[in-house]
Amino acid sequence: MDAIIPLVKITVFPGFLFLAVYGMFLQWVDRKLCATMQNRMGPPWFQPIADFIKLLAKEVIIPDEADNVMFRVLPFFAMAAVMTALFSIPVWGTAMFSFQGDLIAVIYLLTIPTVTFFLAGWSSKSPYATVGSMRVLTQLFAYEVPLMLSLIGPAILAGSWNITEISAFFAARPSLIPAQLLGFLAAIIALQGKLERLPFDIPHAKNEIAGGQFTEYSGRLLNFFLLAVDMELVVGAALLNAVFLGGALGLTGAAAIGLFLAKTLAITFLLALLKVLMARIRIEQMINFCWKYLAPVAMAQVLFDIFLKYKIG
Amino acid sequence: MSKITIPFGPQHVALKEPENFMLVLEGEQITGSTINLGYNHRGMEKAAEGRTYIQDLYLIERVCGICSHSHTTCYITNVEELAKCETPKRALAIRTLVAELERVHSHLLWIGVAGYEMGFETLFMYTWRDREQVLDCLELLSGNRVHYSINTIGGVRRDVSAEQKAEVMKRINYLVERTNYYIKLATEEPTVLARTQNVGKLPKNVAIERNAVGPTARASGIISDVRKDDPYLIYGELDFKAISHDTCDVFGRLVVRALELVESYKIIKQVLNNLPEGPIAVKVPMRIAPGEAVNHYEAPRGEDIHYLKSNGTDKPERLKVRAPTLANLQSVSYMLEGGWMADVPLVIAAIDPCMSCTDRAVVWDPKKGKKQTYGWEELRKLAIEQYRRRGVDFTRL
Repeated sequence: MDAIIPLVKITVFPGFLFLAVYGMFLQWVDRKLCATMQNRMGPPWFQPIADFIKLLAKEVIIPDEADNVMFRVLPFFAMAAVMTALFSIPVWGTAMFSFQGDLIAVIYLLTIPTVTFFLAGWSSKSPYATVGSMRVLTQLFAYEVPLMLSLIGPAILAGSWNITEISAFFAARPSLIPAQLLGFLAAIIALQGKLERLPFDIPHAKNEIAGGQFTEYSGRLLNFFLLAVDMELVVGAALLNAVFLGGALGLTGAAAIGLFLAKTLAITFLLALLKVLMARIRIEQMINFCWKYLAPVAMAQVLFDIFLKYKIG
Repeated sequence: MSKITIPFGPQHVALKEPENFMLVLEGEQITGSTINLGYNHRGMEKAAEGRTYIQDLYLIERVCGICSHSHTTCYITNVEELAKCETPKRALAIRTLVAELERVHSHLLWIGVAGYEMGFETLFMYTWRDREQVLDCLELLSGNRVHYSINTIGGVRRDVSAEQKAEVMKRINYLVERTNYYIKLATEEPTVLARTQNVGKLPKNVAIERNAVGPTARASGIISDVRKDDPYLIYGELDFKAISHDTCDVFGRLVVRALELVESYKIIKQVLNNLPEGPIAVKVPMRIAPGEAVNHYEAPRGEDIHYLKSNGTDKPERLKVRAPTLANLQSVSYMLEGGWMADVPLVIAAIDPCMSCTDRAVVWDPKKGKKQTYGWEELRKLAIEQYRRRGVDFTRL
């Protein structure tokens, strides 16, 4: 019995099944929101599932030049890393494996998908994929620092590197949540970069380099990459919810579930809004923006939090 | 950093028509580019020689999907000049009306495409939805959304009624409002500015050297508009400005097209309000006396030139089309040089290329290093040979 509960947690909730289903749901919400804002219909609710099943049935083509083993395992690596990250984030209630320093572990785990994207492009050995994978890495250096900086702010204020504790800290003092606005916005923008969505979808900018790092991927393998991105959206939203917005705010049961859904949907709305409002920027403009504006904003939040901590003792 | 060569086309997401650009990249920067034409040869000029003047009208209309009216009007002006026929004023006015509606539809389409190429999908969705308004106008006037077929030799095929006038006016008023919004968006939205300013520079002297036409030339500070320089149809009597901009970049091309939309609305309103009375067409004999004629026409993409030679029969001896894209393509390689990989689709799209208008078949033998243009006989032989390999015999046809 003791062995079954963790297994259920890993496979069903809050593990694979929940992530996949909720990831697809958020993907649909995102697409529908964008469509509404762009003055069009948008897909029906089952579209992500239909896409998933269709891609599963498609032939997998592996280029002769590509590294066969690498090419096959990378999508699963990406998915596994994202899933592992969720185990330390409180979805509703407490996290599955909570330990001191899990914030850092989650940040690292969320970097792994990006690295697999790079390796995927690099091991496909096609020109578009190569350019795409170079862009993946360049972009990683642009948004990763602001993202980390903005997550450090609340951690300093709460005096803990444990996501569950940070969440509990803000739940106990809701008045401190609005003070994190700047860091929260910086984190949203950096998350947009991490998820490679407009205006930061530079690595797979379809008009320039076709499919970017995924150009040579097809069928099942592409499907799992796309699923990993969907899951990353859930994990990213859950992480921001736990770190900045106080998680479940001390609620339990159905109220906590409702609050989690409402807050992740709100974060998805913000991400969709960013996607609709802007044109894609160039890679060098993105680096400029992230280092000139986003990193200082996140840094300012950190300094403010240090000051605040000193003030409230 | 090592250089890599990336093929951009003939099959590529950013290109809707088959054309190949070989880009030499150093990191993200372009150090060289080659343009290869010839993926979309349709043999239209040759086909026109085998058809009568009236049949050619429908063929010429299909030179291009977007500027279908431009090509037929230019062709028809040649035919009418050779036939020495006096086209009624009302017909000319209706042709002008359709021509300007076509320009509106083409420019709205272009703004959408530019938005799409810079990754601004919302702009694309918005402009294309508004473009439906002008397509509806065209459908109302001509019965068709894309190939209007309103021209006929000696006049136009359909008259404009008072109800149609009111309906078009209503839709144009709506579009005026929307266009002002797009102008504001194009000149104020920071990401659009970041993607368009100082991208695809084409200085004035280079634009003249490389024979740029239309909005591409006008964005480089050259005021060249056939409607002003050599008025045809009824443009001489209308009040409008030739737009130009001196930033010489993609931003300039965006602004020029957006402001031209406003001028087009002005023209449409003037034509609708002062539509001359009278017949809409006159009869023209089937056989046209021997002669030659050249005419140019300001298509949405720039100056379109048609040459026509008649030989006294009901079929033309020779027809030559110089589409605006052919003139503008020379500038593209200059604009790409030293730019960013990310800007390639936008720079190419900025001339509003229409490859199907432009393509000519040229065969190049790399071993012998010689170029050769295919004639009718060789093409026929090649086609028969190709089908025979697939097991179909067309020798007797």
